[in-house]
Amino acid sequence: MLLCLGVAPTVYAISLALRTSHGLGVGNFVDSYHLPEFMPAFKHVLLFEAIWLVSQSVLVVSLALMVHNLSRRVSATFRFIFYLPGAMAGAASVVIWLFMFTPTTSPFAFIEHALHYTLLANTVTPANLPVLFAIMAFWTGAGGWIVVMHGALNNVPTELIEAAEIDGSNVFQTALRIKLPLIRKWVVYMLVLSFASGTQLFVEPQILGIATGGEVPPQWSPNQLAYYLAFQLDRFNEAAAISVDLLVFGLLVAVLIVWRGKLFEVQ
Amino acid sequence: MLARHYAYRIIAILILLVFAAFFFGPIIWLLLAPTKTDSQIINQTPLAFGSFGTFGHTFHQLISYEGDLVLTWLKNSAIYSFGGTALAVLAAIPAGYGLALTHFVGRRALLAITLVVMIVPATALVLPLFLEANTVHLVGTVWSLILPFGFFPFGVYLAYIYFSTTIPKDLIGAARIDGAGEWGVFRRIALPLATPIVALVAFFSFVANWNNYYLPFVMTYDNSQYPLQVGLPILLGSSPSINPVAATGGQAVIYRPEMAMATIIAIAPVLLVFLFAQRTLVAGMLAGSTKE
Repeated sequence: MLLCLGVAPTVYAISLALRTSHGLGVGNFVDSYHLPEFMPAFKHVLLFEAIWLVSQSVLVVSLALMVHNLSRRVSATFRFIFYLPGAMAGAASVVIWLFMFTPTTSPFAFIEHALHYTLLANTVTPANLPVLFAIMAFWTGAGGWIVVMHGALNNVPTELIEAAEIDGSNVFQTALRIKLPLIRKWVVYMLVLSFASGTQLFVEPQILGIATGGEVPPQWSPNQLAYYLAFQLDRFNEAAAISVDLLVFGLLVAVLIVWRGKLFEVQ
Repeated sequence: MLARHYAYRIIAILILLVFAAFFFGPIIWLLLAPTKTDSQIINQTPLAFGSFGTFGHTFHQLISYEGDLVLTWLKNSAIYSFGGTALAVLAAIPAGYGLALTHFVGRRALLAITLVVMIVPATALVLPLFLEANTVHLVGTVWSLILPFGFFPFGVYLAYIYFSTTIPKDLIGAARIDGAGEWGVFRRIALPLATPIVALVAFFSFVANWNNYYLPFVMTYDNSQYPLQVGLPILLGSSPSINPVAATGGQAVIYRPEMAMATIIAIAPVLLVFLFAQRTLVAGMLAGSTKE
């Protein structure tokens, strides 16, 4: 009885997804696929994902390992600093990074000058976009994952690490051969979840587009394309088709995690 | 051997400091920016401090934008976020309790569905939700945001974990034998023990709602209905110092310091909660990991 309250929205969301795809048929999917912006949008996002996921996994794991070797208090301070940008998701973080990407205002301007960038338009170029979005996504998201990895590392038995050190293993060997295999599951979990959320890119390209006066086209990512179709061209059906593509994608990933990952086995 | 050990350690700390600058630098910059004038932001070193007087001036400039529109956005953000959070807590706590401690047909299936929907990115549902809201004529109303915000499967999952690990089944059984009905058991035993999980679910829900951009962007039509997150890009677009193509009418008030100020106001509530609830937060993020 009490359950209806919490479960009704779940069922509602799923039926909603089904209804959209059923009521429209396959035609809209085919149509949306043939749009000139369709393939580029998905390519943009995949390129962004590749850059972001590779750098994020390498950096999050290395930073977590380094932080974990420090004394408790220092380690907590670092984790907190890394984690803080997590509060600034959404539009706010994009505005902040807009200033960071502008060579005249950025505290990181020395990097931009080294690359011979003097204007925001030099930083925000179509070729750079996937890297820029990867930096933003890393900034807001990495800290949370470092905290998670740190938690996972705490579960690695200290006897195991001491034994390895007595056997003459150095810091890198211990990290690679003992700690990494034991937290591998969490790295996979992070990759899969990040991948699913990365396909949803919307606010970042949208705001950079506003700020640069059209340097980023309004159909850069699939979600933007869907929005553009629905609200600028009134082609709701094709927009729905794209959002169902994305939804099915997310659902597949979710089902994969829940069934194969066994991460959520509580009983 | 020992010297090498220290060398590793120093290199590790140097690398960590570089990344700390990467994560923390933008925040410091943001906090300092409204203390400077637009030209000071460009001409002084990026992390210089201006003056408190300028800070006050910046604040007044921002508030005066289109007749305290920014305050309206802030109020909207608060209404949507708190409304959604209240609904999420009201739905998630009983649902988590039901999944954890009662038995009924289809319980496992419902649990699996909750997990799946929890992992699906919320933005994937925005357009379907819009089409749905459109057919029932909710678009442009408060409910088009509060209802979807109230749908919070992660909260159900947290409540489920909490109830299934903290309340012994025997206690529930004993209460039933003593003649308490299902509702009585929930109200007298589960609810009094639920304070920590209510706080946790409310926190995560609030942060997610406050920072949500895409859903309100799609669901609201009118300037005066926007939450602050949707308002930020509007400010950006109207600022001649950031957007070169912005109409440079005589009454432009939004320059770089005002923009930074608006961003601070937009993140302040969540940042404050982060600072004070850090411990709870970390516990929540690890809720899954300790349960292996």
